[in-house]
Parts: sequence; C-alpha cells; structure tokens
Amino acid sequence: MSPSAPTNDPPTEPPTAGPPAKRSGRRGFLMLLGVALNSLAALLIGVPVLRYFFGPVKKQEADTNQAWVTLGSLTSFPEGETRLARYRNPFTGASDGTTADIPCWVRHIRGGTFQVFAINCAHLGCPVRWFPQSGLFLCPCHGGAYYEDGAPAAGPPPRGLFEHRHKIEGGSLAILAGRLPTLARSACNSPPPLPLPSPSPSPSRKRLPCV
Amino acid sequence: MRLIRALGGWLDRRLQIGDTILGVVKHRIPRATASWFYVFGSVSFTLFLIQIATGICLAFAYVPSGGEAWNSLHALDARQSIGWFLRATHGWGSTFMVGLVLVHMVQVFLFGAFKYPRELTWILGVVLLLLTLGMAFTGQVMRFDQDAYWGLGIGASIMGRVPLLGARLVDLLLGGPIIAGDTLSRFFALHVFVIPGLLIGFVGLHVLMVIKLGVNEWPMPGRIVTRDRYVREYEALVHEDGVPFVPDAFKRDLTAAGLAVLAVIACAAAFGPFGPSGPPDPTIIQAVPRPDFFFLWLYAVLSLLPSGMETPLLLIAPPIGIALLLALPLLSGFGEKSWRRRPLSVLVVLFAGAAFVSLTGLGATAPWSPKMQAWSESPPGARALAHRSPRERQGVLVLQNKQCRNCHSLDGLGGHRGPPLDAVATRLAHDDLIRQVLQGGGNMPAYAKNLSPPEVTALVSFLETLRGSDLPPARDPAPSGPIPTASSAAR
Repeated sequence: MSPSAPTNDPPTEPPTAGPPAKRSGRRGFLMLLGVALNSLAALLIGVPVLRYFFGPVKKQEADTNQAWVTLGSLTSFPEGETRLARYRNPFTGASDGTTADIPCWVRHIRGGTFQVFAINCAHLGCPVRWFPQSGLFLCPCHGGAYYEDGAPAAGPPPRGLFEHRHKIEGGSLAILAGRLPTLARSACNSPPPLPLPSPSPSPSRKRLPCV
Repeated sequence: MRLIRALGGWLDRRLQIGDTILGVVKHRIPRATASWFYVFGSVSFTLFLIQIATGICLAFAYVPSGGEAWNSLHALDARQSIGWFLRATHGWGSTFMVGLVLVHMVQVFLFGAFKYPRELTWILGVVLLLLTLGMAFTGQVMRFDQDAYWGLGIGASIMGRVPLLGARLVDLLLGGPIIAGDTLSRFFALHVFVIPGLLIGFVGLHVLMVIKLGVNEWPMPGRIVTRDRYVREYEALVHEDGVPFVPDAFKRDLTAAGLAVLAVIACAAAFGPFGPSGPPDPTIIQAVPRPDFFFLWLYAVLSLLPSGMETPLLLIAPPIGIALLLALPLLSGFGEKSWRRRPLSVLVVLFAGAAFVSLTGLGATAPWSPKMQAWSESPPGARALAHRSPRERQGVLVLQNKQCRNCHSLDGLGGHRGPPLDAVATRLAHDDLIRQVLQGGGNMPAYAKNLSPPEVTALVSFLETLRGSDLPPARDPAPSGPIPTASSAAR
C-alpha cells in the first residue's frame, strides 16, 4: 500500500498458519461468511431506504388521500355566480404553511346546483382565473381558456377543468379534496350531476367527465 | 523557505500526494491545445466550486420548511450580513455554470473530443450536464416562491401524463398528495445532498479521465481516428510537440476562470439575487408563473406544441434526446474529428443554438399568454374613438368589457394570443366577423352565450371600422361577377 516505505519482510504467511489446504478452506468460509453478513446488512438497510423513499406513492384507488372539507355556508355562493373559495387541505403537515391553503372555483348554477372546479389548469396545473364579464376561465401560463361550465374553450388544455365531487350538508357546501389534480388522477372521481338545459347550444363544446 | 520545504516534506511523507500533483502539473499536452478554446471545462469546474462555497453559506440561514423558506430568504437578504450578495452570487453562478457547461459541451462536440478513446468521458459529461440541470431546477424550487410553487405544479402535471405510472410518479415527485412542506424537504435533500454528491464524484472521475487519457489534440482535417493507431499517434504527438499542462495551458484556464468568476460577481452586485417572487400561497391566484432563464425554452415548447402531440412529445422526445447524446460516441467513435469535415455536426449545433435562442426569446415574451389586465388597464385610445358613431362607440365598450383585449391588441396594447384587431375588417367581412364572435374557432372561444344581440351588433359595427390605414374592407365574393381583388388578397 505504501510504495516508498521500506519493508524488510516480504508479506509471507504468518508462522502459525496451518497446512495450506485447511487454511484456504477456512479463509474461503470466512470470505463467504463476510459476504453473506454484508448482503444481509445491505438488504436490511436497502429495503427500508427504498420503502421510505417510495413512501409517498399511493395506490391509484379513488379514495386515497381524499376527504370531505367544507367550503362554507351556501349563502356565500350566490346563484348564477362563480366565486373563489379556499380550504385547508385535509392532509397537512406542520411545515406546510400557506401551501396547504388550496383555492377552488365554486359555480352556483341555480337552485342549489353547483360545480366546483379545481384551480389547476388541466394543461399544466397553473392557476386559472375567472372572468365573469366574458364568462371564461383563463390560464396565465400557456393561454388555456375554459367556458363557465369548465369545458375547454381554447388553447392547449386536453380536457375541461378538473372538478371536485361535492355535497350539501346542513346548509354548507362540502367537497372531496386532498390531492393535486393531474391528468393521471383528477380531483373528482365521479361525473357531477349536471343534466343542464343549455340556453343556446354552442359549437365544439366537448365536455369530458372527470375521470 | 527552508522551513516551508521541511514542512512540505513532513506532510508529503505522510500524505503521499506530492507525486500525483506533480504528475498532473507536468503531464504533457499537445502544444496546440494550450488554447482559449480549451478553457471551458476548467471554468465550469471553478464555477461549481463557487456554487459549493456560496451554497454552504446559504444553508446556514435557509430554513427548508414549507411555511418558513420564503420568509427565511427575506431574512437572508435583509438581516444576514451580506446575505443578499451571497444569494445573488449563487443564483448568477448557477446561470453561468449551466451556460458554460453547454459551451464546453459544444466545443467538445465540434472538436470531436468524444471519439475513441474518450467515449466514456463524454458519456460522463452528459450525466454531469443532466445533474447540472437538475441542480438548476431544484435550486429554483429552493426559492419556494410563487414561481417555484407553480413550477412544481407544471412538473407534476408533466409526470401525470406518463401512462400507467403517472399517478405514482406525481406522488414521488411531490412527496405527498399536494405541493407542500414535504415537497420542499424532498427537493432540499436532492439539491443539497444527493445531486451535489453525485456531481462531486462524477466531476472527479471526469477530470481524472481527462488527465489519464490526455487532452484531446487539436483536430486536423484528414487526421482519422482509428482503434489500432490513435493511441500511438497521440503519444508520439505529445512526445514530439507537447508542452507541460502547467503553465502553458493552465495560465489560460486560470485567466478565463478568474474572468468568469468576476463576471458572476459583477452580475450579482449589479442585478442582485433572483426573486423571491410572491409567497408560495396558492390562494394568490394572480400569479403569473415564469420559469428561470434556462427553462424558458421548455416553457415555450409547452405552449407551442399542438395539443395532440404534446403528451407523446413530452414523454418521448427527452428520453430519445438524452439517449442520442449518451450514444453519440458509440455511434460515431472513429473517423474525422475536425468540424471542417463534419458539416452535419455543425448544422446540428447551429440548429440547436437557433432553436434555443428563439424559443428562449419567445418564452421571455410569452405571446401566447393572455394579458389578464389588458381589458381594464389599456384604454381604447383616441384613434379608436374618433369619428365613430354612437353604436360603434358602444362596440368599443363591448370590446373592452368582454376582455377581448386580453388576447387581441389594438394599437399595440393588449394580449397577443390572437391576431391584432387594428386591421381586422380587411380580413373578415361583416358575416365572418359575426360568425367568428359567436362561434369562435381557430383557437378563440365562442361568445354566443355571453353577448346579447345588440352587443354583437355594436361590437361588429366597431370592428368593421378597423381597417388599418384605410385599407379597403374585406367583402364576401359576389355570387356572380368578378371577385374583388382586395377580398381575395386578404384571404
């Protein structure tokens, strides 16, 4: 190992070594034992490390990481209007700060019929903004546009806005929420009740149910 | 002097490192490579050292917590003595480092340095480039401001498009169901431990290979690389026409590295630290997220791709691109090194450069994004209102109030998502205007449900007055008789 260190005695076997055959057998066993012990140790460390790393990965089942949260009293969502609501994400840690305050758009269509849209554009997740004057949701990132019912109107979005499943409980609106909606896993898991008579059928309005 | 020598001798008897250093210092390189073209690797390395030093300093004050990170940046800038400068140096250092790594790669590519026997050095270099970009992206997340928050949303949305595994990849990226504290912790570990650790190890190996295999000789047209002769020829070249690495090449490396660091410092002092933009609060929906400089091109690509091609291209193009880069020396490991004899390579570099510059320019201006405030902050202007009938002026009101100008400009003010309206009546006749407004199409929403018939009439009557500098209006071709030239030209 040390090239410049003068060594008088060449690295020969220690004098107490037994017959060559027996010694190599014992050395072989020791090597085997060492490898086996370290493989076991690597397994016992490696498996927990991997499990830990992949810990956040949840199965694709619909109800993982979702819970009902209330958005507030029905009176705060006047009929015919679309308003921004916010809720504290039901799964939150101590260090989340403001990031766990999630906004969503609540559309009170009429007479207690609601649509609740996730804030995230279906294209790449940027926050869409509602413009009541022109009845459009516009995305600031890549120019996606949606109609008031969430159907895609223009731009790159491959589908309509993500919707939250919702229910009315004791005079307040509750939604099923808890995870970032993406194309792989949208916010809601069943088509919302929406048999709406459209006053003027507009062309090219493809409405995808939430998957 | 004698004391220093004695101390040095004492140390080296124990460290046993003097011979190695002396070997590196004295190792001979081809005379022509003691050139300014060969400094970019050393400069990138120096910038990496700056990043390590400033990064460690930032970690003293930074709090990697979803609720605290943003505030800790402000404390770093304002309260920590000279903290703003270190943060600025780290930010500008990262920009310069990515840039110089790319320049280094282009030089190595054009000079054929990836060919036999330096294939693995190139492959390792590609890995280093990816790690550097990984540092740039995770570093942007460390700022944990609005841009970082929505940037993570974009990353998660791209992951969500992966078939079958999408949902799991999103979970893995975010470290939880939403972008939150766990996400930041994950990216902190990546930015501070995982990627730098890999970078340090691979940079060491990369440099070691450069020293062991020798600096790539200056490529001459007609000097062909072959497996059986190259190493012998290289050794002969270094023997006959070689110079020691120090000082002949080193002095240029040293000067260039010094200049680069001074440039980083100058930028940091003049322009200050990057961000942070608004706090990472998703309920502030007035955010207009923009990526850092080196991801602007990607941002442009994501808006310009036709939506049908988007997912396949996003998921297939990057792996193919990376695979091509990695496989390059295996596909073209021998033959001509000189860029004078490799026109395709030059073309590839020019094309990539032009694409990068133009896409970055587009990403910086983002003409595809609606201007969210244009309808209320850009007045119609006197020119649009002068000599207009009351109905046409009513149309101006409709145009403003229905946010048409968020996407359409008038007199240069407004969005550029759609075409400017200054001369719209020379392109569309009366009926076409009505149809376009009501039905939309061509990437414009339909407004039938949002405009009353009088509003449509007023709007269209105003639009019909927009003919640029008094060009003839568009007309529908008459059912019989000659077609008017203006209309046919406008179509």
